[in-house]
This record gives sequence, structure tokens and C-alpha cells, in this order.
Amino acid sequence: MFKSFLTIIQHEIRVTMRQAFSWITPLLFFVIVVSLFPLAIGPDETLLRKIAPGIIWVAALLAILISIGNLFRTDAEEGYLDLLLLSPHSLTLLVCSKIFSYWFTHCLPLILVSPLLGLLLNLTSHEELTLIITLLLGTPVLCLLGAVGAGLVVGIRGHGLLLPVLIMPLYVPILIFGTGAMMAASLHQPLNGYFAIMGAFLLVSLAFAPLLTGVALRIGVNQ
Amino acid sequence: MFHWIQKRFLAPKAFYRSSGYFLPWISLLFILCFSYGLISGLFIAPADYQQGDGFRIMYVHVPSAFTSMAIYLVMASCAVVTLVWRVKIAAICMSCSAPIGAWFTFLALITGSIWGKPMWGTWWIWDARLTSVLILLFLYLGFIALQSVMADQQTRDRTGAVIAIVGVINLPIIHYSVIWWNTLHQGPSISQFAKPAIATPMLNPLLAMIAAFILFYVVILFLRVRNQILLRKML
Amino acid sequence: MNFSQIINMGGYAAYVWPAYGITLAVFGLNLFLALNEKRRIKKQLPENNR
Repeated sequence: MFKSFLTIIQHEIRVTMRQAFSWITPLLFFVIVVSLFPLAIGPDETLLRKIAPGIIWVAALLAILISIGNLFRTDAEEGYLDLLLLSPHSLTLLVCSKIFSYWFTHCLPLILVSPLLGLLLNLTSHEELTLIITLLLGTPVLCLLGAVGAGLVVGIRGHGLLLPVLIMPLYVPILIFGTGAMMAASLHQPLNGYFAIMGAFLLVSLAFAPLLTGVALRIGVNQ
Repeated sequence: MFHWIQKRFLAPKAFYRSSGYFLPWISLLFILCFSYGLISGLFIAPADYQQGDGFRIMYVHVPSAFTSMAIYLVMASCAVVTLVWRVKIAAICMSCSAPIGAWFTFLALITGSIWGKPMWGTWWIWDARLTSVLILLFLYLGFIALQSVMADQQTRDRTGAVIAIVGVINLPIIHYSVIWWNTLHQGPSISQFAKPAIATPMLNPLLAMIAAFILFYVVILFLRVRNQILLRKML
Repeated sequence: MNFSQIINMGGYAAYVWPAYGITLAVFGLNLFLALNEKRRIKKQLPENNR
């Protein structure tokens, strides 16, 4: 069972790496959106440093939202999804492996690039470190919740912005605590509470989201 | 009691008949509660010490906020019944409740904003309650958007049920996150906006209005579900 | 409360009356839409006349 988990991850990562477009574009989107804000607001250093947590988090959130809708699309089109649904392995685990591959190929680059963007926005090294940790804890939650949305819209052709509209309200708690942690870091306050809550969000999402995604997939495919 | 409800409301035909029987009585009850709440709230209840007559907006704002959340809970319960037991009438109730809930949420936001202008000096304030209600509106609208896109009835019901359940699980999390976020970012001036303890002559119209709003929801829900039963030829 | 007090609402008239007005409008709209939908359906399905 674990072997099937690893096989799918390997396969997914290899496929995504071949189609560089699919993971480089969200990364570029992320960088460009973050760069737009100083252009829109002005180069005031203190102001940028103050709103940097919000900018980076919202940009990462948007980058994930616009690309995760296609998590199951090619699979559904090629009939691969039907095979997954019929397989003897647990659908939850298979969905988990897909989500992990997505996170690995789409979110990990975001996390690696974020310190550079922090530099653009005048973050201190302490804030940069907090940024990386909050993104490490937060982006999996965003991917997990987004996957539920992806499962829901898998049957809908041309769903456009439906998935972002659907899933964004659910992103509010993790956004609040992710940016809250960074603001606490800028004020040199203790961060353990924030990380603990974000870790709790991660564990709860991990427990429920793959399951719900599987349910949504079964509903969406049985048309 | 459960069996009583089941016998009269489970099958679409039974629902149509029972709702037709109860509708006049519920409408009457609504008119009574609404009239009492409206008249005593606007004219009889004494003016508030701090807010003067402006506090009377509470008699439409609080019931609409309460009802908007209550409707979401009803929607989510119907969603569970739809997914687990595949009860058709529950799916119809869920779909019909969403626009009504969205209207009440919208009403809560507008009346809250109008109440805020004279009391807080601003049309909008990012306090925990208004922000949570705003997100609730997004949840409703997302549900309606999802339902509008799908053609197949069964898929529409079941995917809608999933998103409704996901939303209701998140609702308390979102609510408490927003409260926490608000206390973190609050200025010192917000402390004077705490809800004051409410005196009895002011309370009764409020309870009547809350009951009236809930009854109105039931009336509109019954009307719309009956329409759906007719439309889908389940009679 | 006498009539002028009612209309004035202690100076808050510009806020209280629109709030109640919008509430009544939303209620009326919902009622109208539900009944209108029924009328449209009944017109389309003359055989289901109950």
C-alpha cells in the first residue's frame, strides 16, 4: 500500500517535471503578484515591511488556487481517474499521494523563492525564517483544501473561477494565523502558539481533506 | 415524533400535502409575531440609554444575522441527509434554502452597516461579527454558484451537499479565527461597542422578531420546495 | 411616542427607517419571487392542477 503511494508520487512528479509549464507558471505568477504591490503602493520601506506578510501569503494563496483546479482534470479526461477509483487501494491514500506531489512540485518552489521576495519587501532574517515556517505549515493546508474543491469541480467543463470562489472562505483561518505569526515575529513575540495552531490545522486537514476529496471524486465521476 | 415527521414530510407527495396544510397556519403565526415585533420594537419599547432610538435597528439586524446562521445549519443538516441517506426531499430543501439564507445574510450586513454609521461613525468596520457574516455570505454564494453550473441533478445535489458540509465544519473555525484576528488588530476604541445587557421590555420584541424571521424562512422554503416538487414532476 | 417622535426616531430617522424599509423590501421580494415562480410553473404544467 505504501508502495502504491510512492509509485504515484514518483509518477506524478516525473510527469509534472516534464511539463515545466504547469509548475513554473504558478511560481512566476507568485513572484509577479508580489512585485506588483510595491509598484501599486509605493516604495516606502516601513510600509512594505508591515504589509509583506499579507502580500506574500495572499499571492501564494492565489497561485495555489488558480492552478489546483486542474489537479484531476487531465486524469479525468484520459480515463486515468476511473482507474484510480476502481483500484483496490484506498482512494484516500491515492488522493493523498496526488496532493503531496502537487505540493512538492508547486508549493515547494514557492517556499524556496519566498525569502528572496522577503528581501524585496525588506523583511528581517527573523521574519524571513518565520515566513518559511508558516508557508511550510500553511501551504499543505491550502493544497489539501484546494484538492477538495478540485474534486468537486472535476466534472465541470470550463469551471473558471468557481473553485477559487468556493474554497477561498475556507482559507480564511489559515491565512489569519499565517500572517498573524509573521506579524508576531516582526514584534518579537513568541511564535509557538501560532505554529501549534497551524500544525493543528495541518493535521485536521490531513485527516479529513483526502477523504472528502475522494467522496467528491466519486460523486463527480459517476455521471 | 421523528416518525411523525417522517411520515408527513419524507416522500415528495407527502411533503407537498403536509406543507400545503401547514402553510396557512405558519403564515398566520408569522404575521402575528412580525406585527407584534415590528410595532413594539419600533414604537413601544423604551429608547436605549446610550443609542437612543437608533438601537431599534437591532430588531431587524439581530434576527437576520441569527436566521442566516440558522439557515446554514439547516442546509448542512439536509446536506448530511442527502449524502448519507440520499433523500431527495432533503436535497431540494438544501438547494432552496441557499438563496433565502444568502438574502438574510445580505440583510444582516446592510442593516449592520446602517446601524454602524451613527453608532461607530463608519459604514463598515472589520469587527469579528460583521467579518464572519461577510464570509458566511461568500459561503452561500459559492454554494449557489456551484449548483448553477451543474446540469445533472443527482451530481448537483451531492456535490452541493459536500461543499455545504465542508462549509459548516469550517464555520466555527472561521468564526473563532476572525474573533481572534479582530482582538489582535483591534484599536482601543472597540471596547465600547460590546453588546450591552438587554432589558426585558426590549427583549420581547427581539424574541418575537427572531421567531418571525424563522417562520418567514419556513414559509418561503415551503413555497419554493413545493414549486420544485411541481417542476420536477414528483407529484 | 407621539407621531412626530415616531417619524424623527430621536434623530436617527435617516438610519432606522431605511433599515426597516430594506428589510420589508427583502421580505417582499422573496415572497414575490416564490409566488411568481409558482405562477410560472402552474402556467407551464396545466395538467398538474392541484
